[in-house]
Amino acid sequence: MHFEIPGDAAVEVAVRRAVGSWGNAPTRLLQVLRETQEQLGFLPPQALERIAGEVGVSIATARGVAAFYSFLYTEPQGAYRLLFSDNVTDRMHGSAVRMREMGERLWVEPGKISEDGLVSLGRTSSIGLCDHAPALLVNGLPVPDVDARRASEICDLILARVPLAEWPRELFVVEDFVRRRDAMLSDAARPGEAIRAAIERGEASGTGPQATLEEIKRARLLGRGGAGFTTGVKWESCSRQQVTPRVVVCNADEGEPGTFKDRLLLRQHADLVFEGMTVAAYGIGATQGFVYLRGEYRYMLESLRETLERRRRAGLLGTAICGRDGFDFDVEIHVGAGSYVCGEASALVESLEGKRGIPRNRPPRLAEKGYLGRPTVVNNVESYCAAALILLRGADWFCSRGTERSSGTKLLSVSGDCERPGVYEYPFGVSVAQVLEDAGARNTIAAQVGGPSGVCLGQDEFTRRIGFEDIETGGAFMVFDASRDMFEVARHFSHFFAHESCGFCTPCRVGTSLLRNLMDRIRDGKGSQHDLVAIEELGGLLRGASHCGLGESASRPLLDTLQRFRPAYERRLESPAVEPAFDLDGALARARRMTGRDDEGAHIGEAP
Amino acid sequence: MSDAAQTFKLDGTDCTFEPGQTVLQAALAAGRYIPHLCYHPEFRPHGSCKLCTVKVNGHHATSCTMPARAGLSIESETAELNAERRMMVQLLFVEGNHFCPSCEKSGHCKLQAVAYDLGMTSPRFDHFFPDRPVDATHPDLMLDFNRCILCELCVRASAEVDGKHVFALGGRGMGKHLVVNSKSGLLRDSEVSKTDKAVEVCPVGVIIRKRVGFATPVGARRFDERPISAQASEYAPRPPPQREK
Repeated sequence: MHFEIPGDAAVEVAVRRAVGSWGNAPTRLLQVLRETQEQLGFLPPQALERIAGEVGVSIATARGVAAFYSFLYTEPQGAYRLLFSDNVTDRMHGSAVRMREMGERLWVEPGKISEDGLVSLGRTSSIGLCDHAPALLVNGLPVPDVDARRASEICDLILARVPLAEWPRELFVVEDFVRRRDAMLSDAARPGEAIRAAIERGEASGTGPQATLEEIKRARLLGRGGAGFTTGVKWESCSRQQVTPRVVVCNADEGEPGTFKDRLLLRQHADLVFEGMTVAAYGIGATQGFVYLRGEYRYMLESLRETLERRRRAGLLGTAICGRDGFDFDVEIHVGAGSYVCGEASALVESLEGKRGIPRNRPPRLAEKGYLGRPTVVNNVESYCAAALILLRGADWFCSRGTERSSGTKLLSVSGDCERPGVYEYPFGVSVAQVLEDAGARNTIAAQVGGPSGVCLGQDEFTRRIGFEDIETGGAFMVFDASRDMFEVARHFSHFFAHESCGFCTPCRVGTSLLRNLMDRIRDGKGSQHDLVAIEELGGLLRGASHCGLGESASRPLLDTLQRFRPAYERRLESPAVEPAFDLDGALARARRMTGRDDEGAHIGEAP
Repeated sequence: MSDAAQTFKLDGTDCTFEPGQTVLQAALAAGRYIPHLCYHPEFRPHGSCKLCTVKVNGHHATSCTMPARAGLSIESETAELNAERRMMVQLLFVEGNHFCPSCEKSGHCKLQAVAYDLGMTSPRFDHFFPDRPVDATHPDLMLDFNRCILCELCVRASAEVDGKHVFALGGRGMGKHLVVNSKSGLLRDSEVSKTDKAVEVCPVGVIIRKRVGFATPVGARRFDERPISAQASEYAPRPPPQREK
C-alpha cells in the first residue's frame, strides 16, 4: 500500500460515484465531499472544482466547507491515517505514551505524514470510546483499548503494509458495557409495536396524531441531549406549522467528550431509535427523516442502513406505514465529518443542508423553519427511544420513574477513574455518590458531569442529584481520583473548545483561543494572578455574549475548577506580579545562533 | 395588532419601532446608537461580531438580530456592557494584525472608531500575530487579510447585491478566513470589479482600492471629525441604493 496523488481520471470516477449515490443538489455537498474522499484519501483541488460544478456551488463554497470539517483533508494523508481519541480520559489512560511509541516506530511525528506517505498520525476530539480508553481511529475504523501490545501489533501491520481489510477483526471489536438496566434498556419492544400503539391511541381517542402529542406531553419528556427542552411542546409547535413537508431529525452527533451512550443505542437498539422517529413523524405529520450520524461513528453506517432496509420491507418505513394510507415517512442517514458544534441543533441542520456547521440565529425556531425552511424537530437519539416507549407503555408508566420535574430514566456514560466504566441507566434523581459507588470509584476528588460543557463537582457536592432540577446532563460522567490534577483536566478542556469553536462570533472565536493560551502559560510556569483575573473576565464574556451554547459553556470548566481547585492553579504561578508575555532575551536566541555570539552584550536582562 | 408605532424601553426611555425591525434597527432609526461592526443598514443582520450585545430583562441578547417587541426593557449604555464591548474590540485587535499608524484606512476604519469611542487604551491580551499573506494580484484592488474581522459584509454584498459570490468563508475557529472564489484562489482571477458593493462595504482595511489611499488626508477623515457614536443616523436602516449594472 502506498499513497498516490490521484490523476484526473481517478478523480472523475470518484466524484461521479459519490454524486451517483447522493445526487447533485447543493444540500449534498458535504456528503459528496466525504464520499469522494473515502475513495481518494483526500480532496485534491481538481476534485473540489469538479464537485462544486456538479452540485452547483461556487468553488469558494466547496473549499470553505472542506476547510470547516476536521475529517476533510485538502492535503494528502498517509495511506494509514491514525487518529488518537483525545478526550481527557484517553490521556488518563496513557494515550500520549502510546502515541509517542507508535510515532517512534512508524517514523512519524504527531500531526504529520511519514516521509514515505505510509502513515499519518494525529489527534481528534473524543471518539465516543471513553469506556475503552485509550482508543484510536485507523482510516475511520475504531480500535479500542490501545495498550502497548495492541499499539505494537498495529505498527507491525502498518510496517508490513497489510491492507486494512486483512487486519485481525478482533482489533475492531467494541464491547458495549451495560452496567445497569432500567426501563429503557430492559424493554423488549418489538419493531413496529410502538407505531401501532400510537395509531391505536389515535383511533381509540378519535383524535388521531394529536393523541401522540398528548401522550408525550403527559409524560413530561424533556430532551435527553442535555438542553432539556420539553419534547411535547416542540413537537406540537412543529405540527401546527402550515408548511409541508415537515421533517424529523435524529441528532446522533454524540460529540460531548465523555459521552458514549448513543453508541450503545445506535448499535444495540437501532430499531427503537427509528421507531421513535417514526412515532414523531406520525405525531407531527412529517414525511422526511434524517439521522445525522457523527463522522466518528461512520463505522455504524452500513448496519444502520440494513436496519432501515429491514424496516422498509416490514412496512415500518416508506409509504403507507403499517398499512395506513397517507402515513408516509422515510429516513436517510447523513454522516458528519468531525465537528463538535454540529451537535447544536441548528448547526446540525446547516450541516444537513451541506453547509458549514454554523448555529443559526433564533427566531425563527427550527420547529417553524428548519431544514430548507421546513418545519423540523431535532431530538437526541435517547429522546426518540424514550418517545417510542412512552407511546407503547403509556405516559403513566413512564412517569412512575424519576422525579416530579424529571420523569423517566437517564443513560449515563461513566468513564475515568473507576473499576466499571460503561453505560448506566438510572431513574432521574440518583445521587452522584450512588453512581460513583456503583461504578467502583475510589478516592474520587471530582466528577465532571455533562462533559466539558457540563459541571465539575467537588467532593462536597456528591450528594447532588442527576435531574433537571439539579444537575442537567446529556449523560457524560467522568470520574477523577486523587492522583489527578484538576488544572490539567481544565487545561485539556480549554484546548478542546478552542479546537471546536466554529469561529462565527467574536467572543468564542478569539476568547476560546485566548483561554487556551492563558492556561498553557500557567502550565509553563509563566502565569500570574493577573492571568487568573483575565480568565475570569474572559469567562464571563463568553458565558454572556456568545452566539451559542458552545461559547456559553466553553469557560465553564475553567471557572468551575478555579472556584473548587484554586490551589491547583496558584501553585503554578511563578510570581504574584505581572509576568511579561514576551520573552525579550529568548527572542534574541536566533540572532545569537546566527552570529555565534553568547557574550553578555548579546543578552538583554540577566545573563544566563 | 395595529400598524401604529409601538415602543420598548431603551436605557429607561421609550424607543418606537415598526413591525419587522430588530432592536438595533429601531434604535438607529430613532437616532440612538448601540455599538456594532457587522451590521450594515442595507443588509440582513447576522449577528456575528456581538458588539451590539444588550441586556433584555437581565439576559444578554444580540440587538441586531433580536426582533423588537413592545414592552421589552433593554439596557445598552451601561458600564458593564461597554466593558464587555471594549473587551470584544480588544479580541478583534489581537486576533489580526492591526497597525493603525501605517494603515491607509485609519480615520475611515470602523474598528478603530469603535475602539476610540469605547475608550480602549490597550489591546490587553497577547497578540496572536497570525501569518496572513496579502493578495495584490488584482490591477485595481488589494486584499490585506491581516485586518479582516470576519464580519462577512463583503460575502453578503457580493452575493446579495453584486450577484457574484466573489467572497466566502473557510475554516473554523481561529482558522476561519476569507476565501476568494476563483480557481487559483486569487482576486485577479475572480469576477470582482472595483465598483462592486462588496468593495465598498468593508468596515476595515481589507479590501483596498489601489492608488486612492490618501486622497483624503489623515486628520480630515470621517471619524477624525466626529466619533462613530455621533454618526448613528447614518447607519439607520435604508433600502439599498439603485445601482448601475
